[in-house]
Amino acid sequence: MTEGPSVGLFATCLVDALRPSVGFAAAALLQRAGCRVEVPRAQACCGQPAWNAGDRRDAARIARSVVAAFEGFDYVVAPSGSCAGMLRVHYPALLGDDSAFAARAAALAEKSYELVSFLVDVMDMRAVDARFAGTVTYHDSCAGLRELGVKDQPRRLLATVDGLVLAEMTDAGVCCGFGGTFCVKYPEISVAMARTKTAHIAATGAATVLAGDLGCLMNMAGTLTREGSAVEARHVAEVLAGMTDAPAIATAKKDG
Amino acid sequence: MDATSRDFPANAVRALGDATLGRALEKLQREFRRDRAAMLARMPEFEALRDAARDIRAAALDDLPALLERFEDNVTARGGQVHWCADAAEARAAILALCRAAGAQSVVKGKSMISEEIGLNDHLEANGVVPVETDLGEYILQLRRETPSHVVMPAIHLNVTQIGDGFRDAHTDRDPHRALDADAILAEARDHLRDRFVTAQVGITGANMLIAETGSIVLVTNEGNGDLVHTLAPVHIVVASIEKVVPTVADALTLVRVLARSATTQEITSYTSIVTGPKRPGDADGPGAFHVVLLDNGRSRLLGGPFRDILRCIRCGACQSLCPVYGAVGGHAYGWVYAGPVGAVLTPALTGIEEARHLPAASTLCGQCEAVCPVRIPLPALLRRWREEAFARALSTATERRLIRLWAQVAARPLVYRPLLRLAVAALTLAARLAGGGGRFRTLPFAGGWTGARDFPAPQGGTFVERWHAARGRGP
Repeated sequence: MTEGPSVGLFATCLVDALRPSVGFAAAALLQRAGCRVEVPRAQACCGQPAWNAGDRRDAARIARSVVAAFEGFDYVVAPSGSCAGMLRVHYPALLGDDSAFAARAAALAEKSYELVSFLVDVMDMRAVDARFAGTVTYHDSCAGLRELGVKDQPRRLLATVDGLVLAEMTDAGVCCGFGGTFCVKYPEISVAMARTKTAHIAATGAATVLAGDLGCLMNMAGTLTREGSAVEARHVAEVLAGMTDAPAIATAKKDG
Repeated sequence: MDATSRDFPANAVRALGDATLGRALEKLQREFRRDRAAMLARMPEFEALRDAARDIRAAALDDLPALLERFEDNVTARGGQVHWCADAAEARAAILALCRAAGAQSVVKGKSMISEEIGLNDHLEANGVVPVETDLGEYILQLRRETPSHVVMPAIHLNVTQIGDGFRDAHTDRDPHRALDADAILAEARDHLRDRFVTAQVGITGANMLIAETGSIVLVTNEGNGDLVHTLAPVHIVVASIEKVVPTVADALTLVRVLARSATTQEITSYTSIVTGPKRPGDADGPGAFHVVLLDNGRSRLLGGPFRDILRCIRCGACQSLCPVYGAVGGHAYGWVYAGPVGAVLTPALTGIEEARHLPAASTLCGQCEAVCPVRIPLPALLRRWREEAFARALSTATERRLIRLWAQVAARPLVYRPLLRLAVAALTLAARLAGGGGRFRTLPFAGGWTGARDFPAPQGGTFVERWHAARGRGP
């Protein structure tokens, strides 16, 4: 087990705080792909809230701490297109003027990946050993899709999950309305976008919606449960890892 | 035009409550997505064409002063005249003076966003010159005294019933009980405008592009009204902003190829006209005089700063037609001439970030706009740049800035962050249990923005990082 590349798992603040099962699923998938997974204790957030709020100085401070904590690994992998995009696309822009960190940020960016695209594109994973009975639909998160080109990889692996049927929704690549702090700064617009998304989800007849970002998933799940929908929301890593014992997002264990 | 961008949140909530508007926007975006996919399928080289268009626009901006001088020289050489205007007031005054010199009581107009930007119609009307919009969408809006909500489909927010009501209110000489479907509306507008074309002393158009090597303007339209405006009236006034200039006819035609496809998903619009100077001896038709009113209005200032790339914009409106925020609230909520992503970058630049701070903030940065922009303007990066400007000037609420800073200070120090996070997760987990489980919160203190219409997921318990290390400590 010592031959595989070392991967620093950047759990993301939302997974870390709210849904550790996604972190364990991500780690399991990486290990099955032959990676040596490590989870640095010195991790918090990728800095997007500050970066997207226009607080460049604080965002840079966070970015430097992430670079320092993760630059020793062969790869850095996050179960999120949004946070991986932050490391891969935005850190070089954010730290480009910092003479001590520009080169280090660029080097980190090079080896930072979103989980599923890393498994398929870098580790050449072709199939998963998992079972999930039922019809699912998949939401393409914005940053994963448009910053990192994550689109076919999750679908390819989902196609190898035993018992799973994928029903594509209309406008799978259109934003769900989460948008980080946008969702609480302009809640009415955010909710309108979320309801458009949940209507598309419902129209597929799928019992479960999957995505690669917990932010989007919380938005969709929270909207679905409030609407009284029975559609469940899960991170795609849970299904690909065959680790779906935990209740779906924003639901509790069913009695009996 | 007076801006109400400051009131964006209230404007947006009002728009969200308008079901008719919601249906119009849903239809626009659904059909535009479908038609754009078909257009792209017919043209696999579209991405390469976008690169070419971006390069043409970027090079033109690099050479803007020289190109504008060349444009003026060539307009003059062909018997026309260029009027340089630093701001909206100068442009309004120049156009009014030209109308008066022509003895105009009425002017016919082709569609022009610059005319909206400088508030031309109100100014002409206040000074005794009657402006008549001849683009159907603009005519509809003029009758209803509304402003455009989209740069290429100005009346896209209205349905046939609303348009028909506007016609009944305005055309009082007709039977008030007449039926007005889409065809009848078109026929009535034609009927009404026909005389205006013939009697107007001045025709005013915008310009999709200015061509430096010939002193020509390019007009891209679908209704043919633009050509009637500039060929029938004795005087043609073009109003255009300075960044519209490109070096050659070939450059302009490359841009036309991405413009029509991006604006309406057409290969080419029904009319694409290159207009050069006044009527020459021997010409069958054309105006006796040709004037170009060139508007700066803050653009030369943008050229030297971080927002330069927005000047590449060719006003196709694709970013509006596909933006999910625009799709939720429509164009009027943005509160000024330009809506959607382009408006959210341009409006703060032209009206001030104090006035327009909400526009760059009200985006999920989903990247759809950049993904479709025919000249590859990095719109999300420019929106974020405006947020930096707003943050530096402390334009957002103090609470919001304090929360972001506090979060950032803690998140940059994992040694401080981790115990605080464990505590917060433990508290939230306990609160979820006390609230009766269910795996979610229906309300949370200080999180009304979220829980007003969405549940918030309860944490699973424990943090991932600590649980991972605990499990490894026990394991082999």
